[in-house]
Amino acid sequence: MKIHTTEEDVYILAIESSCDETAAAVVKNGRQVLSNVISSQIDLHTLYGGVVPEIASRKHIEKINLVIEAALKDAGMTLQDVTAVAVTYGPGLVGALLVGVAEAKAIAYAAKKPLVGVHHIEGHISANFIEHAELEPPFVCLVVSGGHTHLVVVKDYGEFEILGRTRDDAAGEAFDKVARAVGLGYPGGPKVDRAAKEGNRKAVHFPRAKVDGSPYDFSFSGLKSAVLNYINHAQMTGEEIAVPDLAASFQYAVVDVLVSHTVAAARELGYQNVAMAGGVASNTELRAEMKKACRKAGLQLYYPSPVLCTDNAAMIGAAGYYEYINGTRSGWDLNAVPYLKLGER
Amino acid sequence: MRVLGIDSSSLVASVAIVTDDVLTAEFTVNFKRTHSQTLLPMLDQMMNLLGMDLAEVDAIAAAAGPGSFTGLRIGAATAKGLGLALGKPLAEIPTLEALACNLWGVSGLVCPIMDARRNQVYAGVYRVSGGESGWGFGGEEKTRLPEIVVDQCAVDILELINRLNRMGQPVTFLGDGVPVYEKQIREHMTAAFSFAPAQNSRQRAASAAALGLEYVKLGRTVTAAEFKVNYLRKSQAEREREEQMAAGSMNES
Repeated sequence: MKIHTTEEDVYILAIESSCDETAAAVVKNGRQVLSNVISSQIDLHTLYGGVVPEIASRKHIEKINLVIEAALKDAGMTLQDVTAVAVTYGPGLVGALLVGVAEAKAIAYAAKKPLVGVHHIEGHISANFIEHAELEPPFVCLVVSGGHTHLVVVKDYGEFEILGRTRDDAAGEAFDKVARAVGLGYPGGPKVDRAAKEGNRKAVHFPRAKVDGSPYDFSFSGLKSAVLNYINHAQMTGEEIAVPDLAASFQYAVVDVLVSHTVAAARELGYQNVAMAGGVASNTELRAEMKKACRKAGLQLYYPSPVLCTDNAAMIGAAGYYEYINGTRSGWDLNAVPYLKLGER
Repeated sequence: MRVLGIDSSSLVASVAIVTDDVLTAEFTVNFKRTHSQTLLPMLDQMMNLLGMDLAEVDAIAAAAGPGSFTGLRIGAATAKGLGLALGKPLAEIPTLEALACNLWGVSGLVCPIMDARRNQVYAGVYRVSGGESGWGFGGEEKTRLPEIVVDQCAVDILELINRLNRMGQPVTFLGDGVPVYEKQIREHMTAAFSFAPAQNSRQRAASAAALGLEYVKLGRTVTAAEFKVNYLRKSQAEREREEQMAAGSMNES
């Protein structure tokens, strides 16, 4: 599909509240971010060792108007200048999603603007369009975050084919669990990444799980158990655990599988472009290894800068733009869908 | 003056427009469908029927708690979104005060109760019989705020009943706590009591809107950004953490 050339510029006010970030942004024509405001709750949830859904929802309703008002102000716009309102309606924490969805619906309704419900993962993938003007579908995209691990072919704007997904834990979830087990704390991704820099990734060899009959699927629960067993064994025999070595070895095992699946998919299916998205896509080892492997295989790699990897509304504005152009409109009965599948409405 | 009322604090989803002393329209549904799917379509249909633009509303009054955490947030986010887009002030309406207003004019005490689980109710005790707050002679302008006897709180049902018994005045109960605790009420109430009839027994946005209109007159409004939900209860995770910390500090001492 070719993008319709619209005569007028399209400004999307985007709202995202699927997990623990309250975010709003204004995006012009899908690729130019005019504002990107994020109110993070991470310090609050750190007290509990992970995201507490009720606390997240309470924070969202407290902050959401301030965040939206700041996004409009930063963009130098009023609501009347906006073409449409886009909002994440799934997947995510239902109570958290509902705040953004109800707010977006009310704003769109009262301002008489079209409403576009956006899939959170489509948002993550679309973060790549913001910083890479030349990137266009089709391409293979690895989506890795605390809640998601998907290997996807982006066939066109808004059109996806899921090649593989995790059968158990998401990659980011495995990072969180391992970080907790070795006492690195929450959030696990950046903490393991930092600790691993000081460690030897070949110190311990952890298993790389293959899912029978589904070459592009992932499984991280076996790896997580292997790490926990290793820790238990060390504690029982009184061995001291070298946390940096353990972190590096675990991380290498995750990265190895993510990279090999992604590169294999691109080569076997004949795609030249590869992209990464989601919070784990800002992991330094994953970036370095994916870059190396893509160069070796002659593939072009894209990934967003860290601020666009973690949850944000600019990515929802990018995805919302392409959905808007494709004619997607949501009704006033739009509901939050916690287990929304990619490519479904 | 025209006020939009919104109440989604319980199983009921309700929107209403009150214009001065008149209920212009009210749309109330008490059925198992999520508020997320009903509330805004109801508002849209109501405004279409009226042929009225939301911009003609002077303020938005929404039930601000207590109630179902998620229900409250859907109502609050809707009110905050409308307020942001329209640039109108909001009124934070205490859910139980609005419920009490369903029975405006009833003598004795009015006690709305909402099931808060764990043997507790969200409750308040009000006088809505006019008296000093409402009845003006000779056309005097008086506000129609309920007189708060016991401010809304989360309370054990038997403790509430004991308290009402000590007051020794006739009580009218209403709210979704009634079917849940009717047995205890019948068993333990020594003061005279009755239950509200169907048309008044649950949340209705007409009450939130009418009370909101009084709030606006008194200048008790906030901006859409300032509007807060008053849950009357911490989240389970916060309660457990506080209990752990209290237990921890006791062990240390």
